[in-house]
Amino acid sequence: MSQDGVNKGRRTLLVGATAGVGAVGAGFLAVPFVKSWLPSEKAKAAGAPAKVDISKIEPGAMLTAAWRGKPVYIARRTQETLDNLPALNGRLKDPENSNKEQQPAYADNINRSRKPEFIVLLGVCTHLGCAPKYFAEVQPEAFDANWQGGWFCPCHGSRFDLSGRVFNGSPAASNLVVPPYSFEGDNVLVIGVDEENA
Amino acid sequence: MSKQQNTLMGWIDDRLPVTQTYEKHMSKYYAPKNFNFWYFFGVLSMMMLANQILTGVWLTMNFVPSAEGAFASVEYIMRDVEWGWLIRYLHSTGATFFFIAVYLHMMRAILYGSYQKPRELIWIFGMLIYLALMAEAFMGYVLPWGQMSYWGAQVIISLFSVIPFGIGDALTEWIRGDFLISGATLNRFFALHVIAVPLVIVMLVVLHLLALHEVGSNNPDGVDIKKLKDENGKPLDGIPFHPYYTVHDLVGIVVFLMIFCTVLFFFPEGNGFMLEYANFEPANGLKTPAHIAPVWYFGAFYAILRAVPDKLLGVIAMAAAIAVLFVLPWLDRSPVKSWRYKGWISKVFIVVFAAAFVELTWLGTQPANDLNTFLARFCSVIYFGFFLLMPFYTRMEKTKPVPERVTGGH
Amino acid sequence: MKKVFALIAAFIPAFALASESGVHLDKHLTDLTDTASLQRGAQTFANYCMGCHSLEHARFNRVARDLGIPEDLMKENLIFADKQFGELMTIGMQKEDSKRWFGATPPDLTLVARVRRPDWVYTYMRSFYEDPSRPWGVNNVVFKDVGMPHVLADLQGRQVKGTAQVAVGFDTLTGQEITEEHEGVLYLAEEGKLSAEEYDKVVYDLVNFLVYMAEPIAVERERIGWWVLLFLAIFFVPVYMLNKEYWRDVK
Repeated sequence: MSQDGVNKGRRTLLVGATAGVGAVGAGFLAVPFVKSWLPSEKAKAAGAPAKVDISKIEPGAMLTAAWRGKPVYIARRTQETLDNLPALNGRLKDPENSNKEQQPAYADNINRSRKPEFIVLLGVCTHLGCAPKYFAEVQPEAFDANWQGGWFCPCHGSRFDLSGRVFNGSPAASNLVVPPYSFEGDNVLVIGVDEENA
Repeated sequence: MSKQQNTLMGWIDDRLPVTQTYEKHMSKYYAPKNFNFWYFFGVLSMMMLANQILTGVWLTMNFVPSAEGAFASVEYIMRDVEWGWLIRYLHSTGATFFFIAVYLHMMRAILYGSYQKPRELIWIFGMLIYLALMAEAFMGYVLPWGQMSYWGAQVIISLFSVIPFGIGDALTEWIRGDFLISGATLNRFFALHVIAVPLVIVMLVVLHLLALHEVGSNNPDGVDIKKLKDENGKPLDGIPFHPYYTVHDLVGIVVFLMIFCTVLFFFPEGNGFMLEYANFEPANGLKTPAHIAPVWYFGAFYAILRAVPDKLLGVIAMAAAIAVLFVLPWLDRSPVKSWRYKGWISKVFIVVFAAAFVELTWLGTQPANDLNTFLARFCSVIYFGFFLLMPFYTRMEKTKPVPERVTGGH
Repeated sequence: MKKVFALIAAFIPAFALASESGVHLDKHLTDLTDTASLQRGAQTFANYCMGCHSLEHARFNRVARDLGIPEDLMKENLIFADKQFGELMTIGMQKEDSKRWFGATPPDLTLVARVRRPDWVYTYMRSFYEDPSRPWGVNNVVFKDVGMPHVLADLQGRQVKGTAQVAVGFDTLTGQEITEEHEGVLYLAEEGKLSAEEYDKVVYDLVNFLVYMAEPIAVERERIGWWVLLFLAIFFVPVYMLNKEYWRDVK
């Protein structure tokens, strides 16, 4: 064995070429392993837009639907409660929807909805993720003597109005999230799709 | 040892012998320069082990180890998980290529007497790896919970029932954890397959390599390269493993991967020898498949089992076929290592033995009929004859003189 | 080495190409790239099979995507009940009910082409014959005493097993067919809605679809395989040259 007359430049080049092509191969090989962690077809099917028949919801009542494994609250508000919403602004942390991430653009209004009477909210408290309870009646409650209807989180006492806006004095910092949704005709609500009839 | 001072590497070396270990096993491990084709299969076995571990870890992420969920979860991996099909085929085809590499690696040892003194312990560790690998593969094949998984497990576990004095039946019940193969069996096999046995295999591989690097590699001539050294104390016929054998093995790896990928992407079922057709049907304890056959890599031992008409003796024959491999270093009494310098009886026996093993492998996957049973018996006799007559023919025969230096190659 | 191969070849017994029961199977020349055939097969499956047989490991949306069926068309023609587009292709029939009706639960067919092989399914679907002794009035040549009725009977017509003229070749001079009388062969006593060729085509498409169903990734798998082999071939060049370069040291 001898190393006389070794062409060092050629060796460096070949080592580089082998390492380079090998690295590309390793990169390709990594793709399946990385991508297999993405949501599977099963997860996607479970996370597909959920269609809900809203024709049966009485004014003042609420229906809980499931979308991507999370509860979605669909409440039908009366004209009276809608009229009452602006009066609550003074008691709220974010009455003007300044936190734009909490709702799509089409719900960036005082009703926080597409159609004024139907409010659609993720039933996940923005504090620590409990499911807030629906207290529709305008009546003094144990947690609020001046209750005007809305959601109350039993875990840590966060309070939200009928637009899902959070009251001052709640541990939660932001309003309840409005998920993307749209309507198919008058009676079918599609959760998870932004555009009409998309 | 070239210890660097005042560098990061020096700092680490003072605390952990990284450079020393690297030099001992790679850059200053002197391997004979005349390795041939047969010497690729050690590193290829290691590559397939790495493949099995990596893809296996990824499979456990979506596999459901229960009798109710296992079969559907495999199809879930094949269809719903992105690239899950590739990871599964890498694992299932990988098992076959792992065994191909291991069998050829063992054949190399037989050809060149790599099990002979002073390498007996390397051979023993290798055989323990092989034994663990068979257990690993068997339990892995049960996991998809298809018909062949179920009935294969049924047949293999029943083999233990031949142990007399009532121990056998109690033992099979204990292994199954139930009165028949059930979810309990599946769950314990899952635990053993993904954690216990792989740990054992990896540790044995480390011991196998440590023992090898202690005495040094054999070569196709069976010459001890440490006898002749230059003025620096390096073997005249030795070359550093790195870079010479790393770049050399890389060629073998790429060629092997080409064959592996051809099978994986174009024949993933291996014509029913790797993924058996009946195993695409969920396990059904009430319906036995018409023809229960092991996957190909167990074929030889299954054929030996069936060749013996008596159940107890058949199991003993099968166990003996594996056990006899362990004592091979003490059966070979030849003064030379490599078959190149052994006499003609050894040469003929090695070729006939290899042919018999291939034929037994084939027969094990085929239904038993008169012709197949006759052939299996004939080949079993050759198989045992090769080992049991070895102490006699290796001593009797006239060997050729072994050269001082290695021959051929470069 | 040659000696070894000669020995092995001498040992390997002749391998008979026949099914387990020894019945000759007709060859199914599967073509998974024939999308139109796969679509027709899917349609036939939905119309004739899916009442009893599920495809429980597959999803509607994947089949639609792979076979190039538009979503609304798929929903209209292949998705029954109130199933969602992304759901598994299960069926409403209860296993207990079907077991009572047929004596055995009709198996899920997602993987049938991998279990039974395409040739078997192709032959099976064309081998029903009238047998009044059976509960459904039919028996099958490749699956004796099968519990399944001949659901495609109105397409195929009345097939019976008996003595009939069988074409055995052509007269080399006149070009006319030579026939012989054979026993135990299947022949059509009465044509159905389709001619024999049309019926074979329907079954061909159906089996094509079932082969796709058993391994939906098959076509993509082979496509990727060529790229992987191409990559390895390219990788081989620097690897081979690197080895050659270093081994110039070794004399």
